[in-house]
Amino acid sequence: MYPASFDYVAPTSLEEAISLLDKHGYDAKVIAGGQSLIPLMKFRFASPAVLVDINGLPGLDTIAEGDGGLRIGALVRHKDCERSAMLHGGRWGLLGATARLVADPIIRNRGTVCGSLAHADPQGDWASAMMACRGSVVAHGPGGTRSIPVADLVVGPFETQIEPNEIITEVVVPDPGASTGGTYLKLERKVGDYATAAVAAQVTMANGTIGSAGIALTGVGSRNIQASEAEACLAGKEPSEEIVKEAARLAAAAADPTADNRGSVEYKRSVVRVFTERALTESIRQAKGGAL
Amino acid sequence: MSTDAPPATRPVSVTINGAARSAEVEPRMLLVHFIRESLGLTGTHIGCDTTSCGACTVLVDGVPMKSCTMFAVQAEGKEITTVEGLKGPAGLHAVQEGFHEEHGLQCGFCTPGMMLTSVALLEDNPNPTEEEIRWALSGQICRCTGYTNIVKAVQYAAKKLADGGAS
Repeated sequence: MYPASFDYVAPTSLEEAISLLDKHGYDAKVIAGGQSLIPLMKFRFASPAVLVDINGLPGLDTIAEGDGGLRIGALVRHKDCERSAMLHGGRWGLLGATARLVADPIIRNRGTVCGSLAHADPQGDWASAMMACRGSVVAHGPGGTRSIPVADLVVGPFETQIEPNEIITEVVVPDPGASTGGTYLKLERKVGDYATAAVAAQVTMANGTIGSAGIALTGVGSRNIQASEAEACLAGKEPSEEIVKEAARLAAAAADPTADNRGSVEYKRSVVRVFTERALTESIRQAKGGAL
Repeated sequence: MSTDAPPATRPVSVTINGAARSAEVEPRMLLVHFIRESLGLTGTHIGCDTTSCGACTVLVDGVPMKSCTMFAVQAEGKEITTVEGLKGPAGLHAVQEGFHEEHGLQCGFCTPGMMLTSVALLEDNPNPTEEEIRWALSGQICRCTGYTNIVKAVQYAAKKLADGGAS
């Protein structure tokens, strides 16, 4: 299968890439890993006239702690996160747990975290993880730089706030502190399938109580869903089986699934409830120092 | 976008299985078509063509990639390994021998991709557990063997390489 013809440019600086996007507007599309974009182009769902390949841009392939958080550059592949010791357990554990469940191992070698966020597939795993840990993308355009919380980034299926002349250069996750745990649980029929349902959770403990909790859901709505009521019911509470069950019930209520060949509405809600309970229990265990 | 003008082509140069090769391609040419049609190496197979099956997997700078989901122009200057590059002067690669000895294939369609991923896995992790082998190969589909013998083939290769066998 061949995509429609396009012109290919491979800029070597961010400024050059932005100026190309500024020049071509909606006719241009950024390609990084291309693991979602190329299939779309082959099916002719996308036919950009110009493809701006950012794989040659310098300095975008690092995962770094600093500036009060963790920065994941636009050319960091899912596999880099999967293999990063820094992202296993503890304060960044949710990210490592998510990385290993994105698509399949070969796609993870090429696909990028930021590209996945920019693609805004409502079934995407990273948006849920980033909503749960309050991540923001940094977008560079001709007018400068702006930061957009991932929770506000997506305006609809495959649609984000990013302007045609902007590039997401990194995603930044605030440091939640040492007493943090998080995980991502995903039910899929086979490796590489979209989630039947998935739950991202992160919990930070403060003085024996839950300081803050982040919960977001994948695959059970027309976009990733932040389970705000479930998050709120945990804040300030002492961790207990009862409060975790209550949060799980609220998360299931926040889900808005449709019935398809992956399961009925009731089934998917049930998965959300059970996975939220498990993910929170595991996150709390880690946050209390039981893991690592 | 104009569809009247003949599409512009550009040269792409790669090192494939140790040999420098180049060809003129349209930007929309997928890496798998470049390998099979421009370079005439038909050991790399096109399976699903939708990034799902892994039959077209090749190594790009040593890393398994689905060559149906990368453009040839993106491979400029890269080092590519296909199944044709596995056999050395001393004979079959340990992974190839493993697939032979353990009956790791029936129809053989998925085999080139399975073997290249296995080679990359063993480079990275010379002594993988069964779970690690299954995890590494989980992006690839085999419709014949039920995977058991593929796992055994990789285990055979790991042992052979550990015992100082040829790769």
